[in-house]
Amino acid sequence: MSISEKGNPNALANAVSNLDLDTPEKPYLDSNELIINMGPQHPATHGVLRVILKLDGEKVLGTECVIGYLHRGVEKIAENRTYTMFNPYVDRMDYCAAVSNGLGYCEAVEKLMNVEAPARAQYIRVILTELNRIASHQLWLGTHALDIGAMTPLFYTFRDREEILKIFERYCGARLTTHAFRIGGCQYETYAGFEKDVTNFLSFFAPKIDEYEALLTTNRIWLERTKNVGVISAADAIALGVTGPVLRASGVKWDLRKAQPYANYSKFDFEIPIGENGDTYDRYLVRMEEMRQSMRIIEQAVGGIPEGPIMGKVPKVIKPPVGEIYHSIEAPKGELGYFIVSDGSTQPYRLRVRPPSFVNLQALDIMVRGLLIADVVAVIGTIDIVLGEVDR
Amino acid sequence: MPNFVMSYLGSTVTPGQAGNQFWALMYVLIIFAGVSVAVMAMNWLERKALAHFQIRLGPMRVGPHGLLQPFADALKLMLKEDIIPTEADQFVFWVAPLIGLLASFTVYTVIPFGPSQAVSDMNIGILFMLGVSSLAVLGIVVAGWASNSHYPLIGALRSSAQMVSYEVAMGLAVVSAVLMTSMNASGTGTLSMIGIVQAQQQQGIWFIFKFFPLGFIAFAIFAIAMVAETNRAPFDMAEAESELTAGYHTEYSGLRWSLFMLAEYAAMIAVSSIAVTLWLGGWMRPFPNLLQAPAWEFIFSLFPGLTFAGLAAIAFIGTARMPAQSFFRVQRIGLAVFAALLGFIALLLLVIAVAGRTADTSVAARFREGIDYVYWFVLKVAVFMYLFIWYRATWPRYRFDQLMRIGWKVMLPIALGVLMLTAIVGVIVS
Amino acid sequence: MAEEVKTPAPPPPPQPQPAKTGPSGGSEGEKKPTAEKPAAAESAAPAKPAAPAGKSDVPAKAAAPAKPAVPTPVPWTSPLVEKYRNQYGSGLEALTYLGQNYLSVDRSLIPDILRRLREDEQFDYCVDVTAAHYPKREKQFDVIWILYSFARNERMRVKTQIADGASIASAVSIWPTANWLEREVYDMFGIRFDGHPDLKRILLPDGWKGYPLRKDYGILQQDTEWVQINLGIESGQ
Repeated sequence: MSISEKGNPNALANAVSNLDLDTPEKPYLDSNELIINMGPQHPATHGVLRVILKLDGEKVLGTECVIGYLHRGVEKIAENRTYTMFNPYVDRMDYCAAVSNGLGYCEAVEKLMNVEAPARAQYIRVILTELNRIASHQLWLGTHALDIGAMTPLFYTFRDREEILKIFERYCGARLTTHAFRIGGCQYETYAGFEKDVTNFLSFFAPKIDEYEALLTTNRIWLERTKNVGVISAADAIALGVTGPVLRASGVKWDLRKAQPYANYSKFDFEIPIGENGDTYDRYLVRMEEMRQSMRIIEQAVGGIPEGPIMGKVPKVIKPPVGEIYHSIEAPKGELGYFIVSDGSTQPYRLRVRPPSFVNLQALDIMVRGLLIADVVAVIGTIDIVLGEVDR
Repeated sequence: MPNFVMSYLGSTVTPGQAGNQFWALMYVLIIFAGVSVAVMAMNWLERKALAHFQIRLGPMRVGPHGLLQPFADALKLMLKEDIIPTEADQFVFWVAPLIGLLASFTVYTVIPFGPSQAVSDMNIGILFMLGVSSLAVLGIVVAGWASNSHYPLIGALRSSAQMVSYEVAMGLAVVSAVLMTSMNASGTGTLSMIGIVQAQQQQGIWFIFKFFPLGFIAFAIFAIAMVAETNRAPFDMAEAESELTAGYHTEYSGLRWSLFMLAEYAAMIAVSSIAVTLWLGGWMRPFPNLLQAPAWEFIFSLFPGLTFAGLAAIAFIGTARMPAQSFFRVQRIGLAVFAALLGFIALLLLVIAVAGRTADTSVAARFREGIDYVYWFVLKVAVFMYLFIWYRATWPRYRFDQLMRIGWKVMLPIALGVLMLTAIVGVIVS
Repeated sequence: MAEEVKTPAPPPPPQPQPAKTGPSGGSEGEKKPTAEKPAAAESAAPAKPAAPAGKSDVPAKAAAPAKPAVPTPVPWTSPLVEKYRNQYGSGLEALTYLGQNYLSVDRSLIPDILRRLREDEQFDYCVDVTAAHYPKREKQFDVIWILYSFARNERMRVKTQIADGASIASAVSIWPTANWLEREVYDMFGIRFDGHPDLKRILLPDGWKGYPLRKDYGILQQDTEWVQINLGIESGQ
């Protein structure tokens, strides 16, 4: 099966269809395929992802993802909580980028209520969200490098991620599932020295990215392991709904922060890094550059935080009018969307989360067909999934 | 009886050649114990060094600076439940770790720690070593097969293909070193490990520098192949934990698993010893021909003592720098005792160096010489051990097909070319 | 179906329950939601049949929306809509709510319209496929496709209503990404997609009974039988 019949959705539709686990495709010398089960307990599947691999020796003939081991029914919970009560739950989906989740949710509800967060809150939101993007990419880099066998970057990235988490902790008391934002703005005013902490972090972190790159970017083994591995063309990526750095690495210059600016991203000057080949190495480069661009945004934002209130004019009881809304943001992993149907009560009638990891994971199959087991691990890492978000 | 015990000390050949079976047995025991201790030390060192590469501390709790961690690990592994999967082939599963262990320890019978400090000096030493170390793959394959599980099976297959491939390049590199031993007046080479070191002594040059860069390239090929041969990063495909969970020893636990680890580390030390023997002058101290004067001999013989004195000093500094809290009292005392132990060894070595400074056949002089030989040999091997850790901390893992490509398409042609060039240059020079 | 969609009233919820517009419309703007007491909310609850079965345990307040001016869907006019309206006539309703455009389409038109949106209108990115359940309605389910066009930088939604047990054409051949999304809709709502290559549960275990995101599926409900057989425990709670 040719993987990339460019943009032909029918060919792709078949490619994504699942494994026929019973019939061998092409018996050769009385050999048969090996079906192995990667996960749900496996060091490199980033949680409880289970991938059934059909192998010919080491070569991957096909994969099937079995997900849902971490399914908590977030959407069902949402229907049984008020809008305010549900806010902390969104942090538990993509727990590596909890702030982004919160931003998306709060903005969606605000949009539904037709209110807007005040300018100061917008700035704080952008700073925290971009810090969180860096933290998420750091986590990705460490684990991705570990998957490919480089142990050391993991500790370097965790060392530096700690600084971001410290800022979160000082800001809102939590490090991972921050619950930093509220519908209508921010709950907390910035603490004294917030700007200084953020600026310090920027000057601390700039040389650290170079350090990561010194370890990996020109490393021969890294290049061999990532170049031309897990290639996905732009047409395939779009057809499969892949978003985020994975899409950009395929050469599509599309970032929701630019395409449909939310919060106050339109005020900031930054670039959208894109790749050329859509391989693992390009995705690596794109994310590295994104960290730098996030730093640029933070730098601009932290210098321009206006004075003013941090909470918009929202009632104590959040009760959006009847209607429905879809709002999406550029989470570190791709387009994170919230589709909310309100029946006018205090609880969402239906809340649908459009999880980037879930949709991106679907592309795993066509990305790894014909590659080796080791590449499966590399590609799972490069898609950057968080199972909390895939399974919700 | 004392005569019998001392009977060998005056001899200049290995106990194997002298036919002194008592001393041969003693050597076997000493080497076994020494290698086991070295593996434990290596275990601690790897964890500590790797930790410091990775900006963490590593073991700190069991003993001062985690010095007793290997003992705790060993104890834990021995006490652990020994699980044999129901579906596994019981006997083969049981015997597999032993094969690997036997193979990697048998290699030590021909490794010379000094001109007479070896179990035996076989005239086919290098062949024996290549043959026996190849057997280690059998243990891995058998372990993977007997586990009756997919990940071990794939790990075992990878491992066997990898080891067989790299053996070829390794063998060719070794042959070019052997070829160099024949660059003497009589034109006869030797396969004996002791003979190879002596040839380097005669020719006045370590083979790594001989016919530069030919010797160096051959050495580099061996140095790469030996990493692949021992399944260490960046060639640790057989146990790639992010791909195959733990590769061929996924189903092993407790003591059996620790036997695999013991075999792996013993094999690492063994191949490093071979590299040292073939290219780095084995037991020879630096510049044995250039700086021949007795004064130099004496100065170099102080090195073992000074090294231990340095280690003791480091340990003492560590003791002094420990936080002055009652919580650390036991650790502080432990480290102080350890430092004192090191200091005592240093003193002993210095005393021996001074007592045996004359080159005669007295027991002290014999001891002094033996210690010198072993010291320089171990020092060179230790450099390789450190490199193994360094590789692991620095590099990502190769993919299986890339590994094979490098083995067959890069290393093998280069090794062949170096071998031919060495032969041609050798003929021209002599 | 047709007349239902044509009412320019707010989107789905109001339609099945005529009483719904009463409280929300009547109370609009006359009292502040902050002043509301829980007691008032409880008394209001029975008066409001809108409360769906699944969430009857939570007080459904008949409060006014926070904003004085409640945004209402307004007709969406664009060349695209005109083109389709001319062709499909009454089977199609185009609305804009809070700046977001959507098409309410009759179920029979769905495969056609989706394919044309992909091929003629460059809506080449299917953001999401999802559904919502309205148990009081005759056609119980809304199926929603959220589409995006890179070329136009434009989003739109396509909605249709289908009855319980009815199936709908799969969009996998139009957007491969619909594969897992449709599986999730099937998993959560039990809506079948015709022509899907491998329609089976995705997040829940294969043998699970019931569709959790339906409103009649309680939040504490579980497939006890499955739990007992597969997990060997009495209950998962």
